[in-house]
Amino acid sequence: MTDVAHAADRRDLAWWVDRAVQILVLAGGLSAIVFIAGIFVFITREGAGFVFDRFDFREFFFSPRWTPTSSHNPTYGALALIAGTASVTGLAMVVSVPFSLGAAVYIGEFATGRVRETLKVLVELLAAIPSVVWGFIGLSIMNPLIIQIFDVPIGLNVLNSGIILGLMAAPIMTTIAEDALKAVPDTYREAAEAMGATRWQVTFKVVLPAARNGLVAATLLGVGRGFGETMAVLMASGHSINLPTSPFDSVRALTATIAAELGETAAGSDHYQALFTLGIFLFLVTFAINFAADVFVRGGQRKHRRRGRRPAASANP
Amino acid sequence: MTSPAPGRAAGDYAVEVEDLAIRYHGKPALSGVTFQVRRNEIFGIIGPANSGKTSFLRAINRMDLMTAGMEVSGSVRVEGRDVRSWRNPYALRQRIGVVFPLPVGLPLTIYDNVALSSRLRGTRRKADLDVIVERCLRRAALWDEVKDRLDSLGSLLSGGQQQRLTIARALSQDPSILLLDEFSIAVDPVTTMRIEEVLAELRSEMTIVLVTNLVQQARRLAARTAFFLTGELVEVTETETMFEGGAQDPRTTAYVEGKFG
Amino acid sequence: MFEATAQNRRNRKVEGLFRLLFLWMTCMLILPVALVLGVLIVRGGPAISWEFLFSPPTNGMTAGGILPALVGTVWLVVVALIASVPVGVAAALYLSEYAPDNRLTRAINLAIINLAGVPSIVHALFGVGAFVIFFRFGTSILAASLTLAVMTLPVVIVATRESLQTVPLAFREACWNMGATRWQTIRKIVLPNSISGILTGVILEVSRTSGETAPIMFTGAAFFLPFLPQGVLDQTMAMSLHLFVISTQVPDVPEHMPFGVALVLISMVLAMNGISIAFRVYLRGRKKW
Repeated sequence: MTDVAHAADRRDLAWWVDRAVQILVLAGGLSAIVFIAGIFVFITREGAGFVFDRFDFREFFFSPRWTPTSSHNPTYGALALIAGTASVTGLAMVVSVPFSLGAAVYIGEFATGRVRETLKVLVELLAAIPSVVWGFIGLSIMNPLIIQIFDVPIGLNVLNSGIILGLMAAPIMTTIAEDALKAVPDTYREAAEAMGATRWQVTFKVVLPAARNGLVAATLLGVGRGFGETMAVLMASGHSINLPTSPFDSVRALTATIAAELGETAAGSDHYQALFTLGIFLFLVTFAINFAADVFVRGGQRKHRRRGRRPAASANP
Repeated sequence: MTSPAPGRAAGDYAVEVEDLAIRYHGKPALSGVTFQVRRNEIFGIIGPANSGKTSFLRAINRMDLMTAGMEVSGSVRVEGRDVRSWRNPYALRQRIGVVFPLPVGLPLTIYDNVALSSRLRGTRRKADLDVIVERCLRRAALWDEVKDRLDSLGSLLSGGQQQRLTIARALSQDPSILLLDEFSIAVDPVTTMRIEEVLAELRSEMTIVLVTNLVQQARRLAARTAFFLTGELVEVTETETMFEGGAQDPRTTAYVEGKFG
Repeated sequence: MFEATAQNRRNRKVEGLFRLLFLWMTCMLILPVALVLGVLIVRGGPAISWEFLFSPPTNGMTAGGILPALVGTVWLVVVALIASVPVGVAAALYLSEYAPDNRLTRAINLAIINLAGVPSIVHALFGVGAFVIFFRFGTSILAASLTLAVMTLPVVIVATRESLQTVPLAFREACWNMGATRWQTIRKIVLPNSISGILTGVILEVSRTSGETAPIMFTGAAFFLPFLPQGVLDQTMAMSLHLFVISTQVPDVPEHMPFGVALVLISMVLAMNGISIAFRVYLRGRKKW
């Protein structure tokens, strides 16, 4: 019999094919790492000249003067752009976080069956609307509305782009938050309900605290989404470099600056490299946000896995 | 301990296990197990849940390669050869048929379920496959029930039928060893009886390792039986001796008499 | 025992209020979709005609149709799919079927999350630096589509991986136990039972790709080209950029035109999403085990 076994133990075609496929799909998996590294390498390559020769930390972060096209004294202060991005994203979050989390609670904890499925589909459709269409809506629908309602001279401002950005960031927050609620084991809810708590008491006292990490992650991803949005902000924020003092001020965001100016710069010029430097900054900040969100998501999952097991173990003496 | 038991040559054993230990993510599931399974015997393994029976079966056909966190130490020899010395573990698994606790009809037609193994090994001719499919389904006592609907989905058969389909599929590998893991757990008593009859017939052609949750099933079928308890091998004894109160360890007697487990 | 005490009644009232509040919040998110669609249909609808869809723009883009932009978007999407689907499916197969739980796998997952999270304008910068300049593709469909492909890769990977995971582990184990290799198991059991889910993901990617603007602005999409692209090294117009251009860059465009373009664009995108959702519902209803 041993001889039979030896005869059978050949690395046949199937074995080699499997090995080849394994290498091929590993290459596919690695490509994600290659691309993310490639993004960093290539934008750094284009922006490096500026970062090493011209970059002035104080000017970049503390001066609101972004005048790259000035012929005698170009300045590259990104403070106003950062403020623009921050104000728009901030307002978007103020508008969007409560509604997104509220919607997640409704879809995850209250709605059932067909209603629930329909709502999820609608949220998905909300996510599908392209950002350029949102920008167009800000430009052609929201703009006149804001002028009319608030009696201001221009409707392309923090308020306009904040609302739009809020709507754009809502689906991802709702989806991730609902996932986090779903991850809370049913045993928690049943235990609380058995003690006579009502649905909303269960939701507020048990489910939301247990899902806290996931909700933080959802908010972070929403911030990341708003922070990086380009077209909608470009079209709806008024596009003027400004340290905003009210929601009715026009601003200019980091992303919009790149989109608006890159086409008019000569490759390799200071201005061109400065725009890539803004890109590096955007990349690093979103990387940090996504990384943090991932840590929170994982933390949430681990917690439930640990806690979720305990009752099962005690039920089996 | 490497030398075979007195009076028997190495070739007489289908499976030889020596100082086998299995861990999942560092947590031990089974340790210090040493025994032999003779060729063409039905070898029973009994023991309560979580005693390491399934882990033992998974070590025999090298499922540790496919299972995250599963580590095997010690040695398992199949037909005299250490399973870890196989350069092509897939070829090893082809020689070992496996039947699971919950029947797994693959989402293919009944015909394709049974023909799959032969096809993977390169048999293409319809006539050859027809012969194999009919033979295996007949031996698994399923042919009469499904011969008119071989092209319906195997995964939609009833539990008992799916379990016999799983056995037919295992037989289509033409295995020298058949591992059964609590096959009757989701099967009605009548089907269980029919499968037990099938196993008794198969004994002349292959070695059968029967892990079972029913001690009486081991008694009906197995020549010798091992008792596993919480990750350890308590003893291996002739089945009759074990059930007649001749077990070496009092825990074995207590278990077969239904005092715990 | 079931007597309604005052406490009980109050609880029920509060519960009802909360329910209503959350429902209202949900509706506030969903209502805009309906409003936007309604406005676009009312104001863009009159612009739509055979001539609008199938003729090039004229008079400095203040009249005529959108044919080159429509065709250009199809080019961009098709080339992007050819580049990203094989890579994405391979990556998903690796993560779902082969990857051990180790540092490399975690790094790949983190990279995917970040690819999805990097701002689209940064993807555009990457496209300029890598495809336009370094690989010398110039501003072309190829450069733009590859940029889109990298950007939407996570969509394919995540959808494919989810679809692969719906095939129960027991099927894989049964196959492995018969001596099937991992690849044989994938080919015979896993892929046939997840291919429709993968297709759903691809449709979603089409939807996503056709609406993107920033990544193609500097890599291959042109403001105005009166002719259709002949190959992947040509520049092209695109629906999304066309909407941006005629609504912000070109003076004296009659109002119905950008609304018409927006309506066509959003119809394409929502149709794709609709197909993908319908497909999913159909799949859920069909039971194979």
